[in-house]
Amino acid sequence: MNYRYLPMTTEDKQEMLSFLGLSSVEELFADIPEAIRFQGSLQIPIALSEPETVRHFTKLARQNVDSSEYAYFLGAGIYDHYIPSTVNHVISRSEFYTAYTPYQPEISQGELQAIFEFQTMICELTGMEVANSSMYDGPTALAEAANLAVGGVAGKNVIVSKAVHPEAREILGVNAKAQGYEVIEIGCKGGVTDLEALEQAVNEQTAAVMVQYPNFFGAVEDLASLEKIAHQHKSLFVVSANPLALGVLQPPGAYNADIVVGEAQPFGIPMQLGGPSCGYFAVKEKLMRKIPGRIVGQTVDQEGRRGFVLTLQAREQHIRREKATSNICSNQALNALAASVAMTALGKRGVQEMARLNVQKTQYALRELAKLDNCQLVYHSPVFNEFVLKVPKSVGEVNRELLRKKIVGGYDLGRDYPELANHMLLAVTEARTKEEIDALVQGLGEIGRAN
Amino acid sequence: MQTNKEKELIFEMSKPGRVAYSLPESDVPEVELDAVFPAQYLRKQPAELPEVSELDLMRHYTGLSNRNHGIDSGFYPLGSCTMKYNPKINEDVVRYPGFAKIHPYQAEETMQGALRVLYDLQAELSEITGMDAVSLQPAAGAQGEWAALMMIRAYHESRGEKRTKVIVPDTAHGTNPASAAVAGLETVTISSDEQGNVNLEELRKVVGADTAALMLTNPSTLGLFEESIQEIAEIVHEAGGLLYYDGANANAIMGIARPGDMGFDVVHLNLHKTFTGPHGGGGPGAGPIGCKKELVPFLPRPQVVKEGDTYRLDYDIPQSIGRVKAFYGNFGILLRSFVYIRANGPEGLLRVSQEAVLNANYMMRKLAPYYDLPYDRICKHEFVLSGRKQKKLGVRTLDIAKRLLDFGYHPPTIYFPLIVDECMMIEPTETESKETLDQFIDAMIAIAKEVEENPTIVQEAPHTTIVSRLDEVTAARKPVLRYRKPAEENAVRKAEGSQANEGALV
Repeated sequence: MNYRYLPMTTEDKQEMLSFLGLSSVEELFADIPEAIRFQGSLQIPIALSEPETVRHFTKLARQNVDSSEYAYFLGAGIYDHYIPSTVNHVISRSEFYTAYTPYQPEISQGELQAIFEFQTMICELTGMEVANSSMYDGPTALAEAANLAVGGVAGKNVIVSKAVHPEAREILGVNAKAQGYEVIEIGCKGGVTDLEALEQAVNEQTAAVMVQYPNFFGAVEDLASLEKIAHQHKSLFVVSANPLALGVLQPPGAYNADIVVGEAQPFGIPMQLGGPSCGYFAVKEKLMRKIPGRIVGQTVDQEGRRGFVLTLQAREQHIRREKATSNICSNQALNALAASVAMTALGKRGVQEMARLNVQKTQYALRELAKLDNCQLVYHSPVFNEFVLKVPKSVGEVNRELLRKKIVGGYDLGRDYPELANHMLLAVTEARTKEEIDALVQGLGEIGRAN
Repeated sequence: MQTNKEKELIFEMSKPGRVAYSLPESDVPEVELDAVFPAQYLRKQPAELPEVSELDLMRHYTGLSNRNHGIDSGFYPLGSCTMKYNPKINEDVVRYPGFAKIHPYQAEETMQGALRVLYDLQAELSEITGMDAVSLQPAAGAQGEWAALMMIRAYHESRGEKRTKVIVPDTAHGTNPASAAVAGLETVTISSDEQGNVNLEELRKVVGADTAALMLTNPSTLGLFEESIQEIAEIVHEAGGLLYYDGANANAIMGIARPGDMGFDVVHLNLHKTFTGPHGGGGPGAGPIGCKKELVPFLPRPQVVKEGDTYRLDYDIPQSIGRVKAFYGNFGILLRSFVYIRANGPEGLLRVSQEAVLNANYMMRKLAPYYDLPYDRICKHEFVLSGRKQKKLGVRTLDIAKRLLDFGYHPPTIYFPLIVDECMMIEPTETESKETLDQFIDAMIAIAKEVEENPTIVQEAPHTTIVSRLDEVTAARKPVLRYRKPAEENAVRKAEGSQANEGALV
């Protein structure tokens, strides 16, 4: 087999070994005790040539159902959206994707400026003052927000709405256990956070009140009322927001949120089984020096030219070690770049237009589904591009029937909320056509009927 | 083309009316937004995103890419980061619709191809590391460390033991102590001996009934194999602690020595380093963790399992630490690494490690006459030099790094590990040719001569980059972290000014 990534020829090897005064490469491993040396050959498949690789993976890829041939009405945190062609062309420039963290600013101005622009776009969309260079994903960003709010102070708790993504709450729970704080979950009423229950739960020990916007059920939470309750006892008000929805909805910054986090996946990042995506993290200026992760700042060089550097590094693990505000090291730079390109391509008008299209398609689906007598829309709060539908059979069965019509149906809410068995969460993005929505409605209408 | 002019921000290129997108007209009957949402819910001020044409967009980002150095641009010997070539086929495969356009919640029977990739990768990484099981969930090395430490905590707790201390050598990556802290554990730092190994005496003194784990990078960040690893394992295990392997430097040992055989109980790998997931300008990465049998019950959930010919996600792991990241890890990066392992097979991976180590030793010996070599022994895939000699002549390691920029190279990692004065940590990787190594060696020698004959040229470097050294102090003291339109900027300044005045009155 040829190894095209390995340039060392027999002659090179001989020259290098003879310079080192060695007769074999083996001698360079003399420092590894014999007893722990690996004997034999690793039990993994032998190498494939390039054409064999293509064939093998083409075959594997075909074993998956994908959105190029199926109409996806599945969301629950990851969405099928329009991705401008420019995104892939920009992130395929190898000066970006083969670079690492911009430790040497003089030869990393491209990456640094792109991140500075990303930070600005996130601030603009969320209405916040400061944003970092990105986080692993939205749910881990939410957990980092809780860690920041608690700040290692004993006896503190955080309150999270049950209408926050179940996986985000699970990750939050692992973080809380790690750092020894309590997480209190607040239930819902009519598909939105129960304000009365929240009011009763908040007290001096509450470091943060955390909600999702639009929430996991697709409903737009009443941020104005939530903010008042959250700030009664000086807790931080943390909002996990879908940045695309902020094309039509008031941004959390306008409601005096302290921290806004979320998932930039709707902007230019493919679904790819849920990862890698790109979390974002934005704060009020007063929290600037507590924010986790890398931040890019503007400065000047010796000639006074504008330039960009990684800054406020005194917060970070490579300087502070065990006293760092978080252990995060790398961010999701390439996906932050993808999101930036998508936000640039869409621009001021496109973000509004795309958000509006999501609302229009969703409203159409709601109107049509309301006509079915075998399914029920259970909540009535305004929604962005997702909503809950009660179906006549188990969600698994319904989805199997829809799949035959080349439709990928909704998320099974019974997985996380036992009281919502036979309820599915449907997402209708701008990528869905009227024809596809009609097919969904027809398909659902046929469920449970005799043929 | 690269120019020394300032590059406009995308916001400064913006002109109302220009667009770089194309969405279809709505094909459904329209409703007014205020019929859907209460008026107060609707956005009042649109977000000030750029307004540019598609060509403007491409020129802007192409211009930015020209102001960036990647592996495809030139040599990038950044120690401990394994900046090896990123295969192009990996980039193609992840873009196949059957991998890029799949949803994490679609039915398992509709994603068998993806689940098979994950299942096989779990098994193959277990084999490469000598572990019994692997979780692919952590998004990056640091998250892998944290998840694995949480497993270690859960393991001790399940045995009714309260162990809170994590021992970390002074050569460790900063993420080790930081991860321990966010896992609610306390760090104890121990020193290294003159040979760069863990100081065994000190280790014996600090281990005890409160030891949760020792975290070790092997080869260490000095590029040295921990020769007493068996003894270290014995000391830690006898005290009831576990041994954690930081896989940042796994590029040196594939097919040669496995952490599992060295006595490690838990391991994380940085797939963006050893396994060519591209570094992406700082992520996304992937940080899978592996463990021995005793720790398997605590792995994050879900795991991918195989029943007959069917792959599925197993959530039924009652003692699991839970979930550390949404969905199933950074699938796109995991897939790239899987393609890389396929392209190499057992023989290829062995050659990768052998040649990475040969390249590093060759370079180390070539440079030793010119720079101080603090640890004079065989190195593994990387080595450290000290700029002590040059410091005496008034030239710092930072200056040498900046001078390398003029030669078209990305400098080594500098000032890390912290225990080496004026440290330079050099990792050539196996994908670089002997000619490239020789050219870099020549550049390093030329700089060493400049330090003696004309230090100013080094001290004032870089001379050829699009910007000269940047003022990092002002950047941190008066942070400007986002763009504002000039009018808005003035308003903010004014507001800050008036606040300052109020402050003065009080």
